[in-house]
Amino acid sequence: MEKNSKKDRKILMREHGIPNTFEFANLLDGSSVWSFEKFKKGFSVKIVRETPDKFELEFDLIGCNAALANAFRRILLSEVPTIAIEKVYMFNNTSIIQDEVLSHRLGLIPLKAHPKVLEWPAGEWKQDEVDQQSTLSFELKVTCKKNPQAPKDARRPSDIYLHHNVYSSDIKWVPLGEQHLLHPDGAKKFGPIHDDILIAKMRPGHEIHAQLYAVKGIGKDHAKFSPVATAAYRLLPDIEIVKEVTGEAAERLQSCFSPGVIDVKVSQGIKKAVVKDARYESCSRNFFRHDDLKDCIKLSRIADHFIFTVESVGALPSSTIFIEAVEVLKEKCKTFLSELEEIA
Amino acid sequence: MATPKKRLSQLAGDGSNDEKSATFVFQDEGHTLGNALRSIMVQYPEVEFCAYSVPHPSESQMHMRIQVKSGRAVDILRKGLEDLYRTCEHVSKTFDDAMGAFRGKVKMETN
Repeated sequence: MEKNSKKDRKILMREHGIPNTFEFANLLDGSSVWSFEKFKKGFSVKIVRETPDKFELEFDLIGCNAALANAFRRILLSEVPTIAIEKVYMFNNTSIIQDEVLSHRLGLIPLKAHPKVLEWPAGEWKQDEVDQQSTLSFELKVTCKKNPQAPKDARRPSDIYLHHNVYSSDIKWVPLGEQHLLHPDGAKKFGPIHDDILIAKMRPGHEIHAQLYAVKGIGKDHAKFSPVATAAYRLLPDIEIVKEVTGEAAERLQSCFSPGVIDVKVSQGIKKAVVKDARYESCSRNFFRHDDLKDCIKLSRIADHFIFTVESVGALPSSTIFIEAVEVLKEKCKTFLSELEEIA
Repeated sequence: MATPKKRLSQLAGDGSNDEKSATFVFQDEGHTLGNALRSIMVQYPEVEFCAYSVPHPSESQMHMRIQVKSGRAVDILRKGLEDLYRTCEHVSKTFDDAMGAFRGKVKMETN
């Protein structure tokens, strides 16, 4: 086996299969002895892209092994806490949507509230004793009526009815106990992230009146608590042109890869294919279909370069969610370290 | 989260009954911690064997088997947890620095 110098950490992508994955089962700096100092030396983070609203983030973790990257991804999805509606007390529901279906829909509405404002729910839910430390309360009260001001010839539901669409913006925060003192700006701080989520459609005479209680939870328990829409990683692709590709073949080669990956340069009237940016290559391995091209290219992925894409649901910025995820893993270690003291 | 219950225990011995090998049971843990911890511990020179498993998908527990050439298995587990902790700390710090630098750069460019 060749030595795993930084350059050789390539997972080869051949026409049929990936011949050398086993080399990277426990990848770290060639030799197989783990030390923190070695990790520290080889590890780096590169932020690539962040949307202005901070909810979409692309960054690279370089020099770590797949187990660690995967642990972070798993935690991002299922163990970073957020707040979501957990209990719905239905006082009146004469709409055509059933109580349990409506409750489920309400639960899935992403809420804007920093998870740190609430404590973890302590023990069983008590029906008549709602804990203000661990609960946020909301009210949904909408009645559909005929629009008395509607023109005679109006036909559209939006003209002839009032409140015939129930939107997430109809959910209003109701402070519990002293919450209004703790959060004077609560009405702005707590509520649905998106105002235009359609919850139900109604007709005159229909009414929905419900009390909603939101608690802190994690995605492992229910997906509604997951802070991210997607959190995924892929390995950085690498393309090497081992045999020059010129002329018509160069353009053919370009079309085998994702847009912007291969550039065709013209010098002295000869077209020549060069690698422009392998990062956004989808690794479709399309070039293997051309017999004259398949031996010109060496396609691989860098085994310790993880490209993370994190898309937040909107309660927290993606960067905060990642920090929280690392914190969760740290907390796990701490918990078991202190328990280890007791059994050893 | 309510009552601090025990989440770490040790499986009864396998006959050889010395401290060189042990199976630890992590309650309410799975592949997330299991694989991350394993990936560090297998790379210690004194470890002869280290692997984890989730014995049954409907029971939320993870078994971690450690066999060492010399010393105690418990010490390896402690070392593993400490190293993972330090690793996380470093990742967190590095990420924070990178994020700060990136946002600073973006701000400069927009101004």
